[in-house]
Amino acid sequence: MSVLAVENLTVSFRTDAGWMNAVEDVSFEIGAQETLGIVGESGSGKSVTALSILGLHAAATTRIPKGAIRYGGQDLLRVPERAMRRIRGGEIAMIFQDPMSSLNPVLTVADQISETLMLHQGLTRAAARQKAIGLLDLVRIADAAHRVDAYPHQLSGGMRQRVMIAIAIACRPKLLIADEPTTALDVTVQAQILDLLRDLQGELGMSVVLISHDLGVIAEFARRVLVMYAGRVVESAPARTLFRAPMHPYTSGLLAAIPPLDHDVRRLPTIPGSIPDPSRRIAGCRFSPRCAEVEPGCRTAAPDLMTVGEGHLARCLPRLRGRAA
Amino acid sequence: MSGAIVSAQGLVKEFAAGNQVLRAVDGVTFDIAAGETLGLVGESGSGKSTTGRLLVGLVPVTSGAVRLFGETVTGPGGAARLARVRHRMQFVFQDPQGSLNPRMRVRDAIAEPLDIKGGVSRAERGERVAELLDRVGLPQASADRYPHEFSGGQRQRIGIARALALRPEFIVCDEPVSALDVSMQAQIVNLLLDLQERFGLGYLFIAHDLAVVRSMSRNIAVMYAGTIVEMASREALYAAPQHPYTQALLDVVPRPDPDRIRRPALAGEVPSMMNRPAGCPFAARCPRVQSLCRSETPLLRGIAPQHQAACHFV
Amino acid sequence: MAEADGETLAPRRRLQIVRRLARHRSFRIGFTIVVILTLAAVLAPLLSGIDPTAGRARLRFRPPQEAYWFGTDNFGRDVFTRCLYGARLSLTIGLGVALLSGVIGAAAGIVSAQFRRIDAVMMRLMDGLMAFPAIILAIGLAAAMGPNVGSLIVALSVAYIPRTARIVRASALVVRELEFVDAARVSGAGNWRIIWRHLLPNCMGPLLVQLTFVFAYAILAEAALSFLGIGPPPPAPSWGNIIAEGRDQAIDSWWIMFFPGLAISLATLGMNLLGDGLRDVLDPRLKVET
Repeated sequence: MSVLAVENLTVSFRTDAGWMNAVEDVSFEIGAQETLGIVGESGSGKSVTALSILGLHAAATTRIPKGAIRYGGQDLLRVPERAMRRIRGGEIAMIFQDPMSSLNPVLTVADQISETLMLHQGLTRAAARQKAIGLLDLVRIADAAHRVDAYPHQLSGGMRQRVMIAIAIACRPKLLIADEPTTALDVTVQAQILDLLRDLQGELGMSVVLISHDLGVIAEFARRVLVMYAGRVVESAPARTLFRAPMHPYTSGLLAAIPPLDHDVRRLPTIPGSIPDPSRRIAGCRFSPRCAEVEPGCRTAAPDLMTVGEGHLARCLPRLRGRAA
Repeated sequence: MSGAIVSAQGLVKEFAAGNQVLRAVDGVTFDIAAGETLGLVGESGSGKSTTGRLLVGLVPVTSGAVRLFGETVTGPGGAARLARVRHRMQFVFQDPQGSLNPRMRVRDAIAEPLDIKGGVSRAERGERVAELLDRVGLPQASADRYPHEFSGGQRQRIGIARALALRPEFIVCDEPVSALDVSMQAQIVNLLLDLQERFGLGYLFIAHDLAVVRSMSRNIAVMYAGTIVEMASREALYAAPQHPYTQALLDVVPRPDPDRIRRPALAGEVPSMMNRPAGCPFAARCPRVQSLCRSETPLLRGIAPQHQAACHFV
Repeated sequence: MAEADGETLAPRRRLQIVRRLARHRSFRIGFTIVVILTLAAVLAPLLSGIDPTAGRARLRFRPPQEAYWFGTDNFGRDVFTRCLYGARLSLTIGLGVALLSGVIGAAAGIVSAQFRRIDAVMMRLMDGLMAFPAIILAIGLAAAMGPNVGSLIVALSVAYIPRTARIVRASALVVRELEFVDAARVSGAGNWRIIWRHLLPNCMGPLLVQLTFVFAYAILAEAALSFLGIGPPPPAPSWGNIIAEGRDQAIDSWWIMFFPGLAISLATLGMNLLGDGLRDVLDPRLKVET
């Protein structure tokens, strides 16, 4: 039973050189109480995908020529803005990388949490404030009754991300999208926030989509993983399968590039080059210019996403040769 | 160490914040030998970045001494001596966006240290830029382009090329890979290692996690709240980390293993530099804290060959 | 190869800026407007055979018509001719004030931002200037130097220097905290190199926008000062004093104020578009619209 299903989503942006697909033909499902990790480098289209779920793209420069986002019997791409506003922040919530710029510097924590509560649940100011204190308790902020009156600049980065999480979970969302929630934080605080998200998911029974460039963070958190490259899904698998037996050379490359902690290496294996600019058309497999296992066939036909094993899909010609589609 | 090209002795840096004094660096001492790397690890507020800036004179010291290539560049007459050795060291910054002037072409950015030093002909300048681009793996056509036309990893290469312009012997790398994706991090780390091998460079490599520094460093110092809490050779530190903070830092490094169960994260955050409590700075978060820790400040002391830690209970 | 690159660098960059300017749509429009107005000022005697200052009692308050495109004023002078000649004074004052206050203001702002020790003194000086009424200053200068264009430009520049200085200082303070300034300092760059190569180029955007405002304000302020009898004496027309003189007949003879007002709007628009174009073209990050 899936909470949300993205089907063949394609998102294009207007650029100087015309319309470019930032995301192409992306499909995935999120089950109830599931954690899905989306991993990729900057420019892979992972954040664009997340923003599309909430309909947060600027209309003038964005087009969604293809696809559907199924949620509760409706297609979120076709829901009117009014109804979308009710879903956004109420049933589907999101937290972002930078907790400082996501909070309004001139409002207290109480004001910012209450805003969501008054908007979505019609609470009075006093009731909303009480609930805000409860939420701060829930995100493990000590001395919540006192901290609720603080301004964002009086809080540390980790504390601000906790406040963002409190706002996100204020209406008990069914789905929480966390876009690089720990990238701007220190390592010990990152671990705290991941612990908190995991606890909250259990307590509130929500589904979580965690977006990160760091496979280590994904491994800690997600049960299923989607690997994106240059706007496409290149591999998707249960976490254990993906980390034990990655199928796509890009996934293997990302895993190998993580510096090991338990032994010394002379040099880290790397993926040469960098992610292509979306305006650059690449014939065939988009990873082929950086791929060590590239074959002539990779440069002509774009490989399809094929089933490799149970719940395991990958998009690679040489590695999947001989396997039935 | 007699072969040290860089040495910090009891470095202290205080900043004034209103009428309070903020002690960012509190008695830091270390040596770096020619061709070697000291990894300096800590979270924000640990003073690691300020330490790097103190070494190259970007920030003046409050007290303590910095010796570079045998010259004491702090204290009376330090400025003149710093000017004498300045061209022998360089700095690579964290933010590949902010560390390049958006209005300067890559050519001019890379050649800036040459232009400042002067005495370089146009022809030499052009040759040197071409050579530097080659060295950091950028195409020659990059020279005429502007920084915004490059990705984060490529900009960091430009920053490294600029740092190499005067053929320095020592480079402070202030979190050069923290702002980059994992795949780019590995490329930049490898590039820095290649350059070290080729030119015998010494590095102070600053990072916030213990995984990145492992492949880079011969020695590693862990900083917390302005002080070094543990310093050891790479082998000793990873094999037997002693300080509870080092152990916690190792524990929180995310690993690509979905079956690993991590211990719950260390509670709390790095204390503000404003009102440091008496005793051990880590006491408030330490899982092994005793009453002694809250009254008595532990000093960095040798606990094994090549291994020092600042904890009463190691 | 590398040598050739180094040799041709400077001229090629200048050429490229010119090419980018030529491609910039609003720059082209602004440039055209400013050129037309300038030509009108320079070629005034050729464009109109009428004496701009000669009154003809018979021809007072004529509305716009074939012989007098912009009508005539209360002395029977041709408003079109006066607008042409007025452009000489107004454009000189606008440009003069923008340049003078721009150079001094930018210098004061940058120096305050880079040399923190003199910042407090410099900024209090600027506050003092800002508080000092421009009109009194203009009267003083006019008394000392005689009521001429020069003293007017100096007086108005003094009035606009503090604002420009503050704007440049504010953006320079942001820029000097960026790491590329530290990078230059690590390599031993001195204050002047940091100012020229790093601070000033990155403060050009706000500075140019401010100067296009100053240009328009100066043209209008000249009108007020002319009205008070400071600055160039009234018979010599400027857009400002044509408007000032037409004020009493604003309702019945709207054309006296309307056409010089239009000229001021046009000049301001032209300068704004020109400034926008310069700002965009000097910033390599912006793609130039074509």
